[in-house]
Amino acid sequence: MTTIDNLVQIDHVTFGYDRSRTILTDVSLQFPRGNVVAIMGSSGSGKTTLLRLIGGVVRPQSGSILFDREPVDPSDTDKLFALRRRLGMLFQFGALFTDLSAFENVAFPLREHTDLPESMIRDIVLLKLNAVGLRGAASLRIAELSGGMGRRIALARAIALDPELIMYDEPFAGLDPISLGVTANLIRRLNDATGATSIIVSHDVDECFQICDYAYLISSGRIAGHGTAAELRASEDPEVRQFIRGEPDGPVPFHYPAQPIGQELGLPS
Amino acid sequence: MEKRNVETLVGVFVVLGALALVFLSLKAANLASFSFDSTYSVTARFDNVGGLKIRAPVKSAGVTIGRIKSISFDDKNFQGVVKLELDRHYQFPTDTSAKILTSGLLGDQYIGLEPGADDKSLQPGDSIKLTQSAVVLEDLIGKALYGKAAESGGRQREGAK
Amino acid sequence: MNPLNVLAALGARALWLLTSLGHASLFFVELVRHTPAALRRFDLSLVQIHAIGNLSLVIIVTSGASVGGVLALQAYYALDRYGAAESVGLLVALSLLRELGPVLTALLFAGRAGTSLTAEIGLMKAGEQLAAMEIMAVDPRSRVLAPRFLAGIISMPLLSAIFSAVGVAGGYVVAVKLIGIDSAAFWSQMQDGVDVFKDVGNGVVKTIVFGVASTFVALYIGYESDATPEGVAQATTRTVVISSVSVLILDFLLTSLMFSTRP
Repeated sequence: MTTIDNLVQIDHVTFGYDRSRTILTDVSLQFPRGNVVAIMGSSGSGKTTLLRLIGGVVRPQSGSILFDREPVDPSDTDKLFALRRRLGMLFQFGALFTDLSAFENVAFPLREHTDLPESMIRDIVLLKLNAVGLRGAASLRIAELSGGMGRRIALARAIALDPELIMYDEPFAGLDPISLGVTANLIRRLNDATGATSIIVSHDVDECFQICDYAYLISSGRIAGHGTAAELRASEDPEVRQFIRGEPDGPVPFHYPAQPIGQELGLPS
Repeated sequence: MEKRNVETLVGVFVVLGALALVFLSLKAANLASFSFDSTYSVTARFDNVGGLKIRAPVKSAGVTIGRIKSISFDDKNFQGVVKLELDRHYQFPTDTSAKILTSGLLGDQYIGLEPGADDKSLQPGDSIKLTQSAVVLEDLIGKALYGKAAESGGRQREGAK
Repeated sequence: MNPLNVLAALGARALWLLTSLGHASLFFVELVRHTPAALRRFDLSLVQIHAIGNLSLVIIVTSGASVGGVLALQAYYALDRYGAAESVGLLVALSLLRELGPVLTALLFAGRAGTSLTAEIGLMKAGEQLAAMEIMAVDPRSRVLAPRFLAGIISMPLLSAIFSAVGVAGGYVVAVKLIGIDSAAFWSQMQDGVDVFKDVGNGVVKTIVFGVASTFVALYIGYESDATPEGVAQATTRTVVISSVSVLILDFLLTSLMFSTRP
């Protein structure tokens, strides 16, 4: 087997916010350089937590996370700082700074981390906004943007420093069909044009399969299945099948645990 | 908001605050009084300093010409030692007397200087020899009662004669 | 009711209180630790001083003038009975400088600036803005919290000075212009009785302490608030209550320290 160059590697990670709740149990994922990899699963399965682990926001109880072959250590602030400059994250609802304009939002990482002159910053910001198709919206205030537009501005901000790793937290959530298409298209094009690696956390199977090279399915903190889009669609695993096909009942039950209905209604058995 | 505008407005705010502080210090408080003019110190000893406080005024002919710098106790003579700071512009003869007076009936106490007739003036560090202590209310009442008692006793004896 | 349960509940509550106190203290230490960063990025603090200080001026000035005027009015009625009406100025000035200026400014500050700080920080946290900053390798404590903390500490003394000054002016208008007390007597009585260091100075010290306390409370409660509309609403109410109570308790402590009847 040829050694794949993984930009990010998660090895046997177990994580829980406190002792009572374990979010992830012994999960291992690889994210090869230049690929778009999707992490799918239902809400609360631990997908977003994986992004936080990669970004060094939280530390796993066991296992390791490697970024460019270096371990991610939340306590080493200098290393963490350097790591975070190499990645960009698109939050679920944009997480734009509401007190700044669209332009100012995209300029933020440039102003904070570089000593570039204002004229250069302006050029870079306009180029990034152009890449997401919103150069004309630069002077708008965040409140004036629609959901889809806000998401794209946030994307422009995430790529302002040309990161090697771009992470997307539910980028397709709540978008209309046109914005969906635009966003999916952008993610793929950006990835290929800049040579970056992208990780998409989403539960939108169709959009993800259209653009990703590989996908993992997380269920109850474990990897339920992984493979290319074709492999997953063809999978016989019941958990994978239920999720991919969107079947209402299966390993993930339809009914929330409750007494038998006869008992609840007081019917004679 | 334009950066320049914000900076200007904050500057105005700070200036307003500073002005308010200056106004309070000068108009409302006693900063304007001569405390920072050049002064010289003299001492005065009293049997009883009464309710004299530090920074109480030193007046002569009703005009404030100094402040009380410190009040301490001399345990050799068992007297109160008051250090006065007087405005350098005003010289007083060496036989000036210092009295502890009350402003109004129930007001704060201050020191009043009454000039003497000597040619020589008080030098820094000199001591005022003639002093009159504060009037203690209890002594005054006692005197009045005693005086009243003596008077009525005398009249009684006269009447009884 | 099982007495053991009650005891356990009480113990749990006490423990929660203790941990909250510890958590809050650590937050305070972090705020102080990042204040030098706020000084270095003074442009950020400047914007906050504008938001906290300048925009509070209207309420401070109107309240100050009203309080000063009312004080003069009420004081006159009381003092006139003892023939001491000319001391109105002194009473107004001392009340404002020592107590009402610092305390009322702090309470108004808690209501206006404190709640806006709490809501802002709470909503920023809810909208993941602080998390976004963190992942962009920008410390939100230096960039968002510390400048607001610094701005609060700087704004409070200025606002309080303006409050007291406007109050004295308001008292002057009522006492001299409306009631007819002699202007010279008004000012001279005041100047005789008000000491720069004791009254004005101590007042300034009080406002700095109040500024630190109320800004810290506002920021902390905002930072720890729930990311829901109800959560933010509850948080702003809590800010006003806790800020006000803290200010009043601190006022009592400071007053007993500063204005004790030492010789």
